[in-house]
Amino acid sequence: MGQKVGIEVSIAAADAVGLCDVDVVAAYPITPQTHVVEHLAELCASGHLDAEFVPVESEHSAMSVCCGSAAAGARTFTATSAQGLALMAEIVYIASSMRLPMVMFLANRALSAPLSIWNDHSDTMMVRDCGWVQVFCQNGQEVYDSIFHAFKVSEDKRVSLPVMINVDGFALTHVIEPIEFWTKEMVKQYLPPFQPIHTLHPDKVVTMGAFGMPEIYTEAKKALDVALWNSGPVVVEAWNEMAKLTGRQYLPVEKYRTEEAETLILAMGSICETASLAVDEMRESGRKIGMINLRLWRPLPTEELIKALAGARDVIVLDRALTPGGANSPLTSEIRTLMYAEPNRPNIYCMVAGLGGRDVTPNDIKVMVDTALADKHTGHYIYGVRG
Amino acid sequence: MTKPMDQILWQEIEPGGVITEPGNASCYHTGAWRSQKPKYDPDTCIKCWRCYIMCPDCAISPDYENNVFVWNFNYCKGCGICAYECPANAIVMEED
Repeated sequence: MGQKVGIEVSIAAADAVGLCDVDVVAAYPITPQTHVVEHLAELCASGHLDAEFVPVESEHSAMSVCCGSAAAGARTFTATSAQGLALMAEIVYIASSMRLPMVMFLANRALSAPLSIWNDHSDTMMVRDCGWVQVFCQNGQEVYDSIFHAFKVSEDKRVSLPVMINVDGFALTHVIEPIEFWTKEMVKQYLPPFQPIHTLHPDKVVTMGAFGMPEIYTEAKKALDVALWNSGPVVVEAWNEMAKLTGRQYLPVEKYRTEEAETLILAMGSICETASLAVDEMRESGRKIGMINLRLWRPLPTEELIKALAGARDVIVLDRALTPGGANSPLTSEIRTLMYAEPNRPNIYCMVAGLGGRDVTPNDIKVMVDTALADKHTGHYIYGVRG
Repeated sequence: MTKPMDQILWQEIEPGGVITEPGNASCYHTGAWRSQKPKYDPDTCIKCWRCYIMCPDCAISPDYENNVFVWNFNYCKGCGICAYECPANAIVMEED
């Protein structure tokens, strides 16, 4: 077992990428992802990591380099945030549709305007339908462990899809946490060498990224949809294998004090740790409340979610992104759609909170729960908005 | 040989839409797009090869035995470049 050290989460994540012996890093620095890229540049410059570090001129180029590198059979990593992801977006869809394994560290940050460097989930929701495996992290250890997990899942021939690790900007990227490091032996045992399904090689000529006529486009998209759904069991399998190695068990749907809960809070990312404190306080005062942490966003663990939510009377979804002019915010819409056909579906309320880095305290979460239960609103409710 | 595109099932698509058989674009008969067809007069033709060079679909080839050029209408899209380029007016475009 590795050493436990107090370290900034971004630096630990970059160290994990280094331990995975990545071949190519192509990234453009953007707050709050900067420390990840800077530390990887340091590792390359100092000779600790034998990788090609490509200092690209934009995120559009970063993702393009990543596609080329993965197509050539190299272990590939990138990191970005908000506007960077927006600039990448065109190629993000291409990476998954071409089934190119790579790992992206996404420091979740609000999209402009107004210009904000602070945390929410509007950037990742912008590419919700991009066809990547998308996971959310609750704490620093999870971010660190996710790097190894992401490479293993992404490069697995049964998956062969890019993986996006969602890490709340500042709330996770810039905090110093005690993190248990992996040893080189552990990584070697966990992560096999990357053997792609197809590569660009003169000995066996293939065409990648050909165009699709109307006669074939629908079939190509269906194949991607099935591939993403089929990645679910591999994601879980890789978490189970990690549990044997580290003793830390991750699940696609994590339950917290849900026994006999009438009310459930459902959220993704670092806000779950805050919500768990609110749950503790409300449990102490005798309320039957629990929390669901949705760790795996794509592919959505539908069976586990239905099972976790079906018994509750009320579900309050903490949404960290807004869908202006839409039926509801992204996470709530998804949960409502999922539960619509269930005979004993709970009431599902949407609480949009923590936009653009607005602090959400355990007390805010208690107020949100009470407001939702009293108000019984059907649309989205923007918590804490003045006026 | 690759199946016609409109018969391929989603299960048969290579991961990522990779094409493992080089040159299989020839299975797709782009000649079906044609609305006009070149009409070639071998007697007027001065054998300058300009149509052969300019054809963007490589649909024109020499027939040495008969000293004429022939069109492969599986791939001739009827773009009219050959007719436009011909200095002897040996090619004219007609409705297909």
